[in-house]
Amino acid sequence: MPMLQIKHLTHYFGGLRAVYDFNLEMEQGDLVGLIGPNGAGKTTIFNLVTGAYRPTEGEVLLDGENLVGMRPHEITTRGIARTFQTIRLWNELSVLDNICIARASRIQYGLVDSILHGKRYWDEERQIKRRAFDLLAMFGLDKEAHEAAKNLPYGEQRKVEIARALATEPRLLLLDEPAAGMNPGEISDLMEFIQQIRRDFNLAIWIIEHQMRVIMNICERIKVVDFGETIAYGTPEEIRNNPRVIEAYLGEEAFDAA
Amino acid sequence: MKKYYLPLLILVLFVGIVGGSWLHVFNEYWQLVILFMGINIVLTVSLNLINGFMGEFSCGHAGFMAVGAYVSSILTVWLFADDKIFGPPVLPASWAIPLFPVILIIGAIAASLAGLLVAIPSFRTRGDYLAIITLAVNYIVKSAIENMEVIGGPRGFVGMKRVMNNMAAVFDAPWLLIWTFIGMLATIFIIRNFMSSTFGKGIEAIREDEIAAELMSVNTRRLKVIAFMLSCGLAGLAGGLFAHGPGGYINPGTFTILKSTEVMVMVYLGGMGSISGSIISAIGFTLLLELLRPLGTYKWVVIPLLLVVMMLFRPSGILGNKELTDVFPKLRAIFGAEEENYAHAAN
Repeated sequence: MPMLQIKHLTHYFGGLRAVYDFNLEMEQGDLVGLIGPNGAGKTTIFNLVTGAYRPTEGEVLLDGENLVGMRPHEITTRGIARTFQTIRLWNELSVLDNICIARASRIQYGLVDSILHGKRYWDEERQIKRRAFDLLAMFGLDKEAHEAAKNLPYGEQRKVEIARALATEPRLLLLDEPAAGMNPGEISDLMEFIQQIRRDFNLAIWIIEHQMRVIMNICERIKVVDFGETIAYGTPEEIRNNPRVIEAYLGEEAFDAA
Repeated sequence: MKKYYLPLLILVLFVGIVGGSWLHVFNEYWQLVILFMGINIVLTVSLNLINGFMGEFSCGHAGFMAVGAYVSSILTVWLFADDKIFGPPVLPASWAIPLFPVILIIGAIAASLAGLLVAIPSFRTRGDYLAIITLAVNYIVKSAIENMEVIGGPRGFVGMKRVMNNMAAVFDAPWLLIWTFIGMLATIFIIRNFMSSTFGKGIEAIREDEIAAELMSVNTRRLKVIAFMLSCGLAGLAGGLFAHGPGGYINPGTFTILKSTEVMVMVYLGGMGSISGSIISAIGFTLLLELLRPLGTYKWVVIPLLLVVMMLFRPSGILGNKELTDVFPKLRAIFGAEEENYAHAAN
């Protein structure tokens, strides 16, 4: 059984069809891209999978368990984490707190322990802090741990967001335009970084990106959507030569750049 | 050595306040001011959890205070005083001393359950709902009490004076001041510890970005209900303490939107999300009210003016969202025992 199975996912905003009959299967360790012109419904698909929206029709199965109807925090606890197109860190909180809070669903101590601070509380809090520091160190962010998230430069905020998503211990990581606003040098680092995460954390990554250089170089398979419908699915080479894809992107020179 | 500073400070304060009242070092007027300071700290710190840390807007704190006040005073009067309606005391007066804190806690639980009733419908969506619903609840509670003749209706409820006198007759001590001091400490302890735990910090994540919090595995709905019940429960505790004050009398007119506003003013004055700010502003505001007493009604011209000036020059309140230990790091020697544990975790 595939790890993630999306079947006939369809979503309407009132009378507007945002996503229609979207299907996808992913295995542990896969790196899949999702591309399409602006407004094609890519982020909506992520919102449907993570439970932010409830699909009009269709199923999202993680290890055979249907996630439709669950609240977002339940889905995240089961192993799907995401980042956002526009950074959504908890700005006033420290970088360390941003990471620690993402472990909310793994906390074992109860409300009473959180007030009385017994031995069990301290054991667990120390462990949470230690793991958070390890994660930050891996991203080279441990020096900034006590800095408010809003004070970090843009590129580092992106990294904190990915670290925060990883802190929830996902098996599937959804990255929504991670390269947005980055310069070519930063993008090269990012590509390296994404592949490193996949190796180190042994997870599947599903990525929305407009930078064709990223998509074409790191994804094994690419899904192309336009007006909510899938128009192509295949390897980067197949996508590059697909006439329907070229038509959807007509006038854009994105493919030449890659 | 350092970790004894805080208990020592608390002990000195406790002995100073309680001992001073017992031996009549301060007269009854100053005892009353100290009592109000304690009660206002409980109210302000607890409301700060919702309006400051969580970034929601609750404006009916006095309503929950009323629930705690009435529930606990009905219980003490029924159990320990000779009353026209409830008849002779049910239990001997000597039981009042150990049972008084239990009754205060029952009042707090009642207020917290009232909070649950409000929280369930109003936290389904974010936005102005909570403000509107808490405002309505404040009025509902007040009108409900006004229409219950059994507990005095609009005239108010009396008899707590007799309870306190009975307690003092068994053993003469400033009981109310003692329990107010303990209640205040408990409130600060609960909110401070809760907000320093990773579990409690989810509340701040909700303030910063609720959708991100939910998507990062924080059970936002549950956490919001817990925080609101905690806050309302502590308001109920403050109500119970207030009801047993020297007046020995409460009436629904005390728990109006004006009282709620007063608590909100103290929260914003101290700084949203700052516990030490709330404590400072509760003490300062209580003193200010007393200092301006000679002005009579004009007090309510001067105080709002002061607030306007405050908002112009320091819109984030006295401490903003910082704690006193952030502004004066040297104070960590006294108040920062817990942070040392984090330092260990970091290494």
